[in-house]
Amino acid sequence: MRHIISLLMVNEAGALSRVAGLFSARGYNIESLTVAPTEDLTLSRMTIVTSGSDAVIEQINKQLNKLVDVIAVLDLSEGDHLERELMLIKLKAEGEDREELKRMADIFRGRIIDVSGTSYTVELTGSRAKLDNFIAAISSDLILETVRTGASGIGRGERILKI
Amino acid sequence: MELTGAEIVVRCLQEEQVEYVFGYPGGAVLFIYDELFKQDKVKHVLVRHEQGAVHAADGYARSSEKVGVALVTSGPGLTNAVTGIATAYMDSIPMVVISGQVPTSVIGEDAFQEVDAVGITRPCVKHNFLVKDPGDIASTIKKAFYLARTGRPGPVLVDIPKDVSNQKAIFEYPTEVSIRSYSTPGKGDSTAIRHAAQMLLEAKRPVVYAGGGVILSNAATELTALVKLLGLPCTNTLMGLGGYPGTDELSLGMLGMHGTYEANMAMQHCDVLLAIGARFDDRVIGNVDHFAQVPRKIIHLDIDPSSIAKRVKVDLPIVGDVKLVLAELLDVLRSSKQKPDATVLADWWREIEGWRTRGGRLAYRNSDEIIKPQYVIEKLYEITGGDAIITSDVGQHQMWAAQYYKFDKPRRWINSGGLGTMGFGLPAAMGAQLINPDATVACVTGEGSIQMNIQELSTCKQFRLPIKVVALNNRYLGMVRQWQEFFHGNRYSESYMDALPDFVKLAEAYGHIGMRIDKPSDVEPALREAFARKDDLVFMDFRTDSTENVFPMVPGGKGLSEVILSEDL
Ligand SMILES: Cc1ncc(C[n+]2csc(CCOP(=O)(O)OP(=O)(O)O)c2C)c(N)n1
Repeated sequence: MRHIISLLMVNEAGALSRVAGLFSARGYNIESLTVAPTEDLTLSRMTIVTSGSDAVIEQINKQLNKLVDVIAVLDLSEGDHLERELMLIKLKAEGEDREELKRMADIFRGRIIDVSGTSYTVELTGSRAKLDNFIAAISSDLILETVRTGASGIGRGERILKI
Repeated sequence: MELTGAEIVVRCLQEEQVEYVFGYPGGAVLFIYDELFKQDKVKHVLVRHEQGAVHAADGYARSSEKVGVALVTSGPGLTNAVTGIATAYMDSIPMVVISGQVPTSVIGEDAFQEVDAVGITRPCVKHNFLVKDPGDIASTIKKAFYLARTGRPGPVLVDIPKDVSNQKAIFEYPTEVSIRSYSTPGKGDSTAIRHAAQMLLEAKRPVVYAGGGVILSNAATELTALVKLLGLPCTNTLMGLGGYPGTDELSLGMLGMHGTYEANMAMQHCDVLLAIGARFDDRVIGNVDHFAQVPRKIIHLDIDPSSIAKRVKVDLPIVGDVKLVLAELLDVLRSSKQKPDATVLADWWREIEGWRTRGGRLAYRNSDEIIKPQYVIEKLYEITGGDAIITSDVGQHQMWAAQYYKFDKPRRWINSGGLGTMGFGLPAAMGAQLINPDATVACVTGEGSIQMNIQELSTCKQFRLPIKVVALNNRYLGMVRQWQEFFHGNRYSESYMDALPDFVKLAEAYGHIGMRIDKPSDVEPALREAFARKDDLVFMDFRTDSTENVFPMVPGGKGLSEVILSEDL
């Protein structure tokens, strides 16, 4: 099953590689991993999307908690949560396609953030599925480049990961 | 007070009351060595190879409850130390390794003797640090010792660039440590402990399975009291030997790949299993699926939550310091009016007795012509009164030592259980002998393993360490040969140790006493003579039967009851 795990860790050199190293050393999957400092600059917040059996996910949680740099771990997928990913996608936009692509971007609530004579760059945020759907809706020969951040997650309402 | 980084390092070691540092100098640690030279509180033991330094620090820690300390230079010094660090990590041994690093100005430029020490050691340390400011040295070393010894212990590396050891900073040794992302389990959950007591009282076929965690948390007294209170069968892992007295009638001996028949059968067929500071390692329970075929309730006490439910499903997890949990469990049981059903337990013991008879306890057929390795260990046990500190290397000799030397006390059996590092035994014995100057220390080894750190005989000479080396010389990498005999059609690919040195002359060349023993009748007199030499290192080269195999054996991937017993039964 797919899980989205959030963690708070000290914002120190090497902390990221401890987490990444743990996943590769123990053979756990990483679908995506995002990390950046929080409002408290001594802390970083990381979101990891992974998958595995219940036993594997339990081990992942325990092993993450065991890392000395990790302060708190929350498996967001165990409760209500929000998940957003950012995508920047550059599309070949020429002739009739220009109008059609603009329409598609509007439908998906994307923004065209860069325009050239032959291309558009669209910024899109949403769930992974929404971004996947956008890609599926565009003819593949029009896609010049895609950049996705991987999911960032947060609990809904009172579900807060903070120290 | 302003001190240089190097002075601070040495002051920190003094503050931690480190008696011995095991190390080897080099460019990146010269300032630190200079400060060591100027004082005499912290004694330095110059090894002959950095792997030896780390194993010696490890043996020091295992035999004493203290944190072992090693000091190595950058680059090759550090890479040589890695095997030792990984060995300590796998067995959760408290240790601080200080390594020199190239100056901060050239880090990342492939400078002379530069390696990414923090990167290389990351998967085999509890934690590691690169110190970039002399003002951080004291707090980092304080944290390193704290992390090494608390919670589930382990090695911690502190990497110090050369310029940092030469710059000045105010020195103040912190009295307390706070690491906001780190906390250690203490007492266990009381409800769970009461529940565990109830499960044990109602069990029909209970077994206690105790591992290295019992030794590490100094809980042998509590474990022994618990087992005796309820009359439970108790088996110890390779790492847990001595956690419960091996000569006691409630002891089933060691379990696992080369465990006793009764221990493995009892483990397989019990209905309530109390696992204490043990981790259901593949060499202990064999095939997990086979193990899971028999329904049993598992209670698992461990300080590390990630050891629980890692390989087997656990019915009652209790996270906590084993010593504190056992003490509380004992209180609950002592104040309970309920007692285990004696007749039910007697039936279970009868069944276990049956396995004991069938498995013949541990059996081998002795010989008048050729020295049997098991016989050497039995005599070693007798002559040392069962009270020596025994270190071991890795191979058949290790298993025979574990089987035939009955450890009644903790911290007497010192071996590399998790990583299985050949070359561990002799340097580990050095550390053990230094911190236990009055103890009898023997290293049981093979002619293969001893050659992996033989250079340490020189360190033993310099520091007058009267270790007794008991080499079971079968001219083969015996454990490899055994697997080739059983599983690879007797094709002894590269397991014959050709061109062996004359170990007697070798020992003499290092300034020690060497003895070569070929005949069974000479085994006992030789051991007596060697152990009577209280001040000398004696290297005993026992020429043993090269065809002897270790039994019982649960082959890799098989279940605990799918065991090969000795044909000598
Ligand atoms: C550093 C290292 N290399 C290889 C091995 C694999 N190995 C395990 S046991 C063994 C044979 C050990 O031979 P010896 O020390 O002579 O002991 P014996 O088995 O003959 O008693 C080997 C090569 C190991 N455990 N450690």
